[in-house]
Amino acid sequence: MTYSLAGRIQTRIVLFGVIGGIWTALVTPILPTRLPLGSSYEMSFTVLGLIIVLGVAWELAYHLLQQFRWDKDWPTGFSLLAGVPEGLVLWLLLDSGTWLWDVPVTARGFWTLFISTWLLIWAVLSGPIRVLLVRRRWRGGRLFG
Amino acid sequence: MTAAGPFVARTGDLTRKLLDADIWSEQLLFEAGIPIADAPMVCVGGGLGTFALVDHLRICGVRPESLQVLTPLSAPWESFAYLTRVSQISRGDRLRSDSSSCPDNLWGFPSFAVREAFGADTVRGSLRPLWQVLTEPICGEHYTPRLGEVLDALAREARRIRYPEMVTQGQVRMVRRREAGGYFTVLTPPERATGARRIAFRSAHVHLAVGYAGLRFLPELAAYRASTRNSSRVVSAYEPHEHVYDQLRRRPGTVMVRGSGIVAARVVHRLIEERNAHGLQTRVVHLLSHDVPGPQGPRFMRRNGGDGFAYQAFDEPKAVWGGQLRDRAGATEGAGRVEFYDSLGGPSTPYRKDWHAQLATARAQGWYSTVAGEVEALDPQSDDLISARIQARDSVLMAQVSFVVDCTGLQPDIGEQRILADLLHHSNAGRNPLGGLDVDPSFEVRGTRSGKGRLYASGAATHGGYLAGEDTFLGLQIAAQEIADDLAAQGFCARLDVSRSVRQWVRWAANRPI
Repeated sequence: MTYSLAGRIQTRIVLFGVIGGIWTALVTPILPTRLPLGSSYEMSFTVLGLIIVLGVAWELAYHLLQQFRWDKDWPTGFSLLAGVPEGLVLWLLLDSGTWLWDVPVTARGFWTLFISTWLLIWAVLSGPIRVLLVRRRWRGGRLFG
Repeated sequence: MTAAGPFVARTGDLTRKLLDADIWSEQLLFEAGIPIADAPMVCVGGGLGTFALVDHLRICGVRPESLQVLTPLSAPWESFAYLTRVSQISRGDRLRSDSSSCPDNLWGFPSFAVREAFGADTVRGSLRPLWQVLTEPICGEHYTPRLGEVLDALAREARRIRYPEMVTQGQVRMVRRREAGGYFTVLTPPERATGARRIAFRSAHVHLAVGYAGLRFLPELAAYRASTRNSSRVVSAYEPHEHVYDQLRRRPGTVMVRGSGIVAARVVHRLIEERNAHGLQTRVVHLLSHDVPGPQGPRFMRRNGGDGFAYQAFDEPKAVWGGQLRDRAGATEGAGRVEFYDSLGGPSTPYRKDWHAQLATARAQGWYSTVAGEVEALDPQSDDLISARIQARDSVLMAQVSFVVDCTGLQPDIGEQRILADLLHHSNAGRNPLGGLDVDPSFEVRGTRSGKGRLYASGAATHGGYLAGEDTFLGLQIAAQEIADDLAAQGFCARLDVSRSVRQWVRWAANRPI
């Protein structure tokens, strides 16, 4: 994909917000969190929210790296592998208790949600998105403007 | 009077009055005896540029009766297939094209890699393209589709959208604006056809995708061919030149290959394969216009290179079709546009590990060499040899060669193309900063609007516009989409929104005719 900065940020917010939101809402009741459902939802939507909010900062870093590439592209493998540092940073943040509020979090619950959401979004971005948003790939990933 | 004498029009032919008038009326055509046919939209060219637009418009709900394709070609891929064949790409060879550049599928999904994976007979055959597309270009070369696969996909889509029903064969002579709005497009039917000598198609809109004007022969090559009246020793890679390989099998010789793009790479590859397969003694002198000793350009616009070649996966850096570079091109005018195109660099070839190894071996064995310079003159010598005088950076070199294969490209000058030249003279069309046809961001040819009618152009003729990489599968599809959106805004067709896109994609996937 050949992202512009605006395209990266819009894609991050809208895809994780909409598709990620639907997925999180559906999958949370069966996540192996060993927590009451309410606490599970608190954890899962905090994780999703942080993927989006911190993701905007990650996108700035990715965009900087993209500038070193002649094609000004972001290979699909990069999009997949970006989940590794993002997941680790997010887990360390939540597990160390340094996040702004106390979130009930379990490792199995967190990683199941994070990996499944990440793979789902990556799969959608790798093809089906081009059917849903037919102009997006010609506009640097922008959905608006 | 014309240069050839007094102008006498035959019945049903162009009259002096018509030729001179910038804007035509039905009365003028009636006086000339030229019959008028109606079509809401006329598409001139009939190659892949036309196909991209027709495909798009059909998907946007335009009926076949509303589209008239005027072309000398019998299939939209005819020119493309010819050019690939003569430039040494067979059906089983892979093109220089991205997995999701699908001329038969405007969504680019499923990509060619996925299709190849599903069509493979073995698990290994299925996994290979998927692994390649997942790890490209970091762990290996880009996935690229086979020519045969692309041609088959095009044929399938042409049938699905009923493309042949929209075609009228013949040579388009000109497009002129119509007094009451819209355009007249004059077609000369094939000689064998009975009926009128010319037909004027009256339409609200016209789209031009007429490709290249012809082969680009550099002056000294053209001079050699003209002076010796022999076109078998100095050939363009884009014209049939099998005789070069045939003769080298019978008699050893030296070939000078000129150019540093993908076609030159293919020709050198063929020469090496021929040498290896038949135990030949062919020697190759590869003449490059610029020496590229290594990566070039500033830090944030640095292209890989080495051994004389600039390396790049596709015709242009990928972002020209839909990323930062497209945005940047879209914001340029005048000198800024020229500067932008300069920043994209000259010809390039993709880095192929096996080809690179072949060249290294050939160099080590001393029968392949590169020279950076320009040919100053070619002179015929005895025994079918050609003496080439080459101006290198700081010296003049002489080479005795048996053949010169020129791979420097196709003629991009729109003034050499009859329909476009007529447009420049009579329809107020202009040139962009690089000399191509000046189109706006929706690919409407600036200055040619006629009433509510619009004249669009895409492909090679628009080189130098807001979209670089215009003459590629993606470039033609992007232009088609912009044109379709512009036409949808005028009510000519439906806009390709989410709902239509999903429904039409399902139809495409099921191969259901539309």
